[in-house]
Amino acid sequence: MDLINQPLPWYVAGPLIALTMLLLLLVGKNFGMSSNLRTICTALGADKTCDFFCFDWKEQRWNLLVMLGAVIGGFIAVNYLSGDIAPEINPEVINNLKSLGFESAGSSYLPLELFGTAIFSSVKSIFILLIGGVLVGFGARYAGGCTSGHAISGLSNLQLPSLIAVIGFFIGGLVMVHLIFPLIF
Amino acid sequence: MKSIIYLIIGIFFGIVMLKSEAASWFRIYEMFQFKSFHMYGIIGSALVLGIIFIQLIKRYKIKTFNGEQIHFTDKNKSVFRYLFGGIIFGLGWALVGACPGPMFTLLGAGFFPIIIVILGALLGTWFYGLLKNRLPH
Repeated sequence: MDLINQPLPWYVAGPLIALTMLLLLLVGKNFGMSSNLRTICTALGADKTCDFFCFDWKEQRWNLLVMLGAVIGGFIAVNYLSGDIAPEINPEVINNLKSLGFESAGSSYLPLELFGTAIFSSVKSIFILLIGGVLVGFGARYAGGCTSGHAISGLSNLQLPSLIAVIGFFIGGLVMVHLIFPLIF
Repeated sequence: MKSIIYLIIGIFFGIVMLKSEAASWFRIYEMFQFKSFHMYGIIGSALVLGIIFIQLIKRYKIKTFNGEQIHFTDKNKSVFRYLFGGIIFGLGWALVGACPGPMFTLLGAGFFPIIIVILGALLGTWFYGLLKNRLPH
């Protein structure tokens, strides 16, 4: 049981992600999670606002099931397969985060300063999460895919556009963490 | 019956995302600080194996479980949309520490403020749809 409660090392996790992609290919589908966001928009009625959402969302039912599975997987992992779930991140990073005001660094899976339930009463935190979400949703569709669609599926198929997108992901991430974080935290 | 397969693949993926800590905001931050090999190891090893899988499928014309051909469609050629869209995605990814798979896993794991991120992501997707024809691609 001890082994089950340990975090997965990278050399196990990476191959298991590749296996996820392979299984989806073998059932005739493509691995890409952000498409679900578009599907949900259509199911919620966005097809009445513009052509981009005019498609039969029920054809994407399979991907919504993968998404639902990912929710259930998170529940199972936290409740049945985990001991202490705080990632053992680099001590330098912990110190660095504490100086930015993230006191929960090193003792929690997610920063409580952004994901603790107390944030529901903090306008700033809600705003940060909402804007971050908008950027992820907008960027994923503009780039035609996210980490699963480009960094895993696309790069595995040696697609140059996916390489360009992944370079973009990194430019954006580096700018956020190094230039924008000091301004907002 | 097929529904169960998709659900199981999703559950498997969700467990891997959470247990590998790829769904942790801290791991994403650490990655963009270049202070750990963990995330690079995950993405790198997934890629090496992914490339091998796809090459094998292409070379040996491996079929789906239903005996159908596996199609790979090449992505449309362009630079701007991938680079610029990618940068926007990356800004958000680093800020909330979650991409579109893990954000749903985190919901199941009980981190309820992630609902705000998911709402934002739906809004962002909708904004893209509204603006699509006016954006350079």
